[in-house]
Amino acid sequence: MARAKVARKSTAIDMTAMCDVAFLLLTFFILSAKPKVQDPVHADIPASTTIQVLPEKDFSSLLVAQGKVFFSVEGADIRMETLKGMADQYQLTFTPEELKQFASLESVGVPIASLKGYLAMNNQERSKVALTGVPVDTTDTNELFWWVKNARKADKLVHNAELKIAIKGDSKEEYPTIAKIIKTLQKQKVNKFGLITSLRTVAK
Amino acid sequence: MAELDTSGGGKKDGGKVRSKKSSTRVDLTAMVYLAFLLITFFILTTTLQKPKAMDLTMPDKDEVTKQQLPVPATRTMTVLLGKNNKVEWYIGLPDNPITAPSVTGFGKNGIRQALFDKGKEILAASGKPMIVLIKPSDKSTYNDMVTIMDELNIVNNQQRAIVDITQIDIQLLKRDQIY
Repeated sequence: MARAKVARKSTAIDMTAMCDVAFLLLTFFILSAKPKVQDPVHADIPASTTIQVLPEKDFSSLLVAQGKVFFSVEGADIRMETLKGMADQYQLTFTPEELKQFASLESVGVPIASLKGYLAMNNQERSKVALTGVPVDTTDTNELFWWVKNARKADKLVHNAELKIAIKGDSKEEYPTIAKIIKTLQKQKVNKFGLITSLRTVAK
Repeated sequence: MAELDTSGGGKKDGGKVRSKKSSTRVDLTAMVYLAFLLITFFILTTTLQKPKAMDLTMPDKDEVTKQQLPVPATRTMTVLLGKNNKVEWYIGLPDNPITAPSVTGFGKNGIRQALFDKGKEILAASGKPMIVLIKPSDKSTYNDMVTIMDELNIVNNQQRAIVDITQIDIQLLKRDQIY
């Protein structure tokens, strides 16, 4: 009897479709990823069990480390509007060029008086400048107060939304610095804000 | 797929000379590997690094609308944050405490145990939840503040407030050498 012959098939599979899917997913992930913002100073954030995720917009964060405060707000349009508010407050004038420069700036870490000079620099020069942070003290009208106030105004004006404020502090930061910031926020009746933390699993 | 057409395109019995027809297929396996590797990398670096935000509500400091409710001393626990990640807690008033001040640390066996036990006790005795006042001293760190708020979240305490430390509390911390 003749043996039934099994047809020999090639073991190679067509990878085209798989490759398409893989690259489609890859493209999606790359485009949806937000580039990590480099903080001006390193802050080792404390851990907590909170699982609430930070908002993406209408959001401002105050980075606190080494006794310095850095102010940042999401969105180029809001940043621009904030600076305009600050210019009115401190009787300064910023050229459209400077406003544009500021809009691309991630965070403010210099006193308002030296901001103009800081904006005039290029990236390389900026990295060499020793940042002093936004001046903050216990008086009613410190610079941080006005930055936050103007950012809130700007957000209300541009997006008609309430700006959410979060503190991103270094774990080793001493409490008095934090207390000063909380006081500054409370002076403009911001009694609710966030504390940025990393995720920790609770030890049972 | 990766096969190369190796059959010679030469003459066959003196026929026409035909140009070799090579396959246009390319082996995509390696490319798929690469793509999936990158996908894995991007997924891991983006979603696992999202910072979280803990909500903190401070008591209103407005002087005009001062309508604070009196806080009963019997169900008020005061937590003082000292140096070296140490905390001190007591129930009642500092000069006349219902539960004497004791120094402890953070974590499961430290303040969490006290918060949990006392919270239960007070709830059973008065039928109302315990009120926790947190008083961070100048020697405490930001980490202590976040940790204590987190402990309160873990034991599911809703009535808490961060308030300024008083002189009498500082004396207490000094006595126990955590200031």
